[in-house]
Amino acid sequence: MLQVSIYRYNPETDSAPYMQEFQVDTQGRDIMVLDVLHLMKEQDNGLAYRRSCREGVCGSDGMNMNGKNGLACITPLSEVVKNGKLALRPLPGLPVIRDLVVDMGLFYKQYERIQPYLQNDTPAPAIERLQSPEDRDKLDGLYECILCACCSTSCPSFWWNPDKFVGPAGLLQSYRFLADSRDTATRERLSELEDPFSVFRCRGIMNCVAVCPKGLNPTRAIGKIRDMLLANAT
Amino acid sequence: MVTNITNFGRSGLSDWLIQRVSAVILALYTLFIVLYLLFNPGLDYATWSGLFAQTWMRIFSLLAFVSLSAHAWVGLWTVTTDYIKPTGIRVGAQTVIILAIFVFLVWGIQILWGA
Repeated sequence: MLQVSIYRYNPETDSAPYMQEFQVDTQGRDIMVLDVLHLMKEQDNGLAYRRSCREGVCGSDGMNMNGKNGLACITPLSEVVKNGKLALRPLPGLPVIRDLVVDMGLFYKQYERIQPYLQNDTPAPAIERLQSPEDRDKLDGLYECILCACCSTSCPSFWWNPDKFVGPAGLLQSYRFLADSRDTATRERLSELEDPFSVFRCRGIMNCVAVCPKGLNPTRAIGKIRDMLLANAT
Repeated sequence: MVTNITNFGRSGLSDWLIQRVSAVILALYTLFIVLYLLFNPGLDYATWSGLFAQTWMRIFSLLAFVSLSAHAWVGLWTVTTDYIKPTGIRVGAQTVIILAIFVFLVWGIQILWGA
């Protein structure tokens, strides 16, 4: 039996959030945390959490498992369970709507701010805009982000200033377009980032790198943005 | 772009660069003072005063004071924006910090050239 402690909060009936204990029979198998949640939902179908693809592609089931953010669907029990216990909490720092479901509004607002789409003011060619294999290689480690918010919600700078600091996820995406040879808005993008909060509130804590379920490195991307800002302004 | 009016350089990029350059200057100055004290064990007033009477030492010291002022402004401004959320208290704290830095800087210059 696995002892699971899970964060519960239903704003319609609860005055405050609390931790509820569950005993889950995993039959000794090393299943994923998301499977454990399904077993718990069989016990209490009022339990709320987000999930969709259940294979680490959609980024819906980001949550805090025994203190570390990650995707429940690709995290096996053997990776997180300590002393037969598992504590599940919503992603830290975002408003809780119910149980493990958080309001991602601020996270998406910061994502929208960096204009996450290709901008090119030159006339469109008859076929697609071409890119050399070398230029395409520069996007590796950037385009794979699934916006699960595990990184930004583990970042203390994002906890303190979620309205001003873009956060690791948004900045990784920002660099994805700054590094794209087909994008011509580099200067405009950089001018939006040089204030003391948007990029520079990153203190190099690197929680983002430690938790990213896709193994990406937002801290390195932030460093590259800083290099571009410096090159542009000196 | 997030607007800011009480940070040192009015730009995150300039604050970031100033913070790094001033850190190097402060490290060099600290290293120099520590080594000087180690190599002059029986230090008396005349030697110490003689060191600070030289122009290069005054320039080096003033550079360190100015670096410390800028470094403290950038660093403490960041701390206030992270942890003090009510605007009135934050602006008040920032004003006190900036004024204190100014007072200490002028005081330091006076000591440097006063002896």
